[in-house]
Amino acid sequence: MDMDPSVPIARFENVGLRYGLGPEVLQDVSFELNPGSYHFLVGPSGAGKSSLLKLMYLAHRPSRGLVSLFGREIATASREELPALRRSIGVVFQEYRLLDHLSTFDNVALPLRVAGIRENDIKRHVEELLGWVGLKDHMSARPPTLSGGQKQRASIARAVIARPSLLMADEPTGNVDDRMGYRLMHLFEELNKLGTTIVVATHNEAMVRELGHPVMRLNRGALDITPGTKSTPSTVGGM
Amino acid sequence: MFSRRTDLPLDQDPLSRFLPWLIAFMVYLAAMAQSGLIGLDELARRWDTGMAATLTVQIPADPDGGKAANDRRLQKTMNILAQTPGVLHTEVVSESKVLELLSPWLGVVQATDVPLPRLIDVETDPEIELDARVLQQKLASTIKGVQVDDHGIWLARLIQMVRTLEAFAAAVLGLILLAATGTVVFTTRTGLTVHAEAIEVLHLTGAQDSYIAKQFAGRAWGMGLKGGLIGLVLAVPTLVLLGYVADRLQAGMLPDMSMPLAGWLSLIALPLAVGLVAGLTARITVMRNLKRMI
Ligand SMILES: Nc1ncnc2c1ncn2[C@@H]1O[C@H](COP(=O)(O)OP(=O)(O)OP(=O)(O)O)[C@@H](O)[C@H]1O
Ligand SMILES: [Mg+2]
Repeated sequence: MDMDPSVPIARFENVGLRYGLGPEVLQDVSFELNPGSYHFLVGPSGAGKSSLLKLMYLAHRPSRGLVSLFGREIATASREELPALRRSIGVVFQEYRLLDHLSTFDNVALPLRVAGIRENDIKRHVEELLGWVGLKDHMSARPPTLSGGQKQRASIARAVIARPSLLMADEPTGNVDDRMGYRLMHLFEELNKLGTTIVVATHNEAMVRELGHPVMRLNRGALDITPGTKSTPSTVGGM
Repeated sequence: MFSRRTDLPLDQDPLSRFLPWLIAFMVYLAAMAQSGLIGLDELARRWDTGMAATLTVQIPADPDGGKAANDRRLQKTMNILAQTPGVLHTEVVSESKVLELLSPWLGVVQATDVPLPRLIDVETDPEIELDARVLQQKLASTIKGVQVDDHGIWLARLIQMVRTLEAFAAAVLGLILLAATGTVVFTTRTGLTVHAEAIEVLHLTGAQDSYIAKQFAGRAWGMGLKGGLIGLVLAVPTLVLLGYVADRLQAGMLPDMSMPLAGWLSLIALPLAVGLVAGLTARITVMRNLKRMI
């Protein structure tokens, strides 16, 4: 995606979401994410954090309101335009969503394969990244044989392999010990320094306080934004 | 259009292990129907051009005239026939053959016991339509009681019967194709449901619908081809056996019914055609169904 610094990476305008005929799990959510920003997304369980991310990684359409990504309004985008938008987005799912029948290598290679990258280049990139996240020895292992932390790292590797402009992580430290949690957080900091826009949904309030990034707080479907405690390149544009 | 490597565990679907055999069975039946169709078509065509071009002229024996009188009548008829345009060849049916033809009615008789009718086989030019009734009028004006038989009625009936059988074989072939297509559609839809979770992950990582469709199409093409080959391997011995039986029968009145080369080629093309249809069907099914997802 072209990175025009004046165009927000993501823009929500009075977004509401309900599943089926159920109640609205998100109400009048409005915000903008500027390129290179880093936000935490917090709130009690069931507040709608994963739901908000789903709208942003295009797994769901809002019931009302407008969602724009990279300056493109999603409601008017054709089905053929979506894959290109999704290739600029990396997602670490709350439940990993690795494909059990594929090896770690193939799981991580997936975003490159769907983008039609040559197998030679895929091999080089994936092996390098797996080495970097410490899974070099588990390249041919299938996800069911990996530990929780290994799955998490595989899932993060898949999310970042295609160098997305926007990276979302849903509870990336939920299933790992503190030490691993901080290591993963460090990885996100590094990616952010390289210009990746990041949103991390988490319950880990201590970590949120410590890292000091701006916080999007969801409470019963309503969003409230607090600026970061330390200066970041660009902060949230609350509306 | 079809992809061999797959991100989806399509091989593990219980249905996909079963599908090649189902397709094999259908291809077996299709091969039967198709060769039946080809054989019948050949038969009808040969009868149409081969047998329609023959007439039989019958001169009843004149009980009052002697053998010489009858021979004269025969000779006169032959002369007229020889001058009739469209007549290619005439042949007098021998007395013994006539006796043989009459034996069911007369029992074993000697040529001298009864006055025998004389028969002439006439081969006509299929290009010139020689009407049996016109010829009969022409002959009867000179020779009393001459009958011209063009086998028209029973031939027409036979050909109609063959054409009906042919239509039936074609309908069977069509139904088999429909059933095979339906099976592929059903299997593909089941696959889409079984792998919905993995397909969503593929979509979310930026896969186009066609990327996913390719994998289903590749599987279906492989299974169609495999099933088609198994079916063909099973069908060939059956067909050879049927051909052998038909050859024996042919000693009687059936025209040559062995399968022409084009027929064998079309049978060999069957597995390829089935694979192609299966692949395309899977692809179309996936593309249509994915449109309904986000
Ligand atoms: N697919 C779905 N169908 C129906 N309701 C859903 C669905 N997904 C989520 N919900 C409901 O939406 C609300 C918000 O869920 P969501 O998963 O977004 O919360 P969350 O903030 O991510 O929670 P957690 O911290 O436990 O992950 C919940 O009440 C949940 O029951
Ligand atoms: Mg959640």
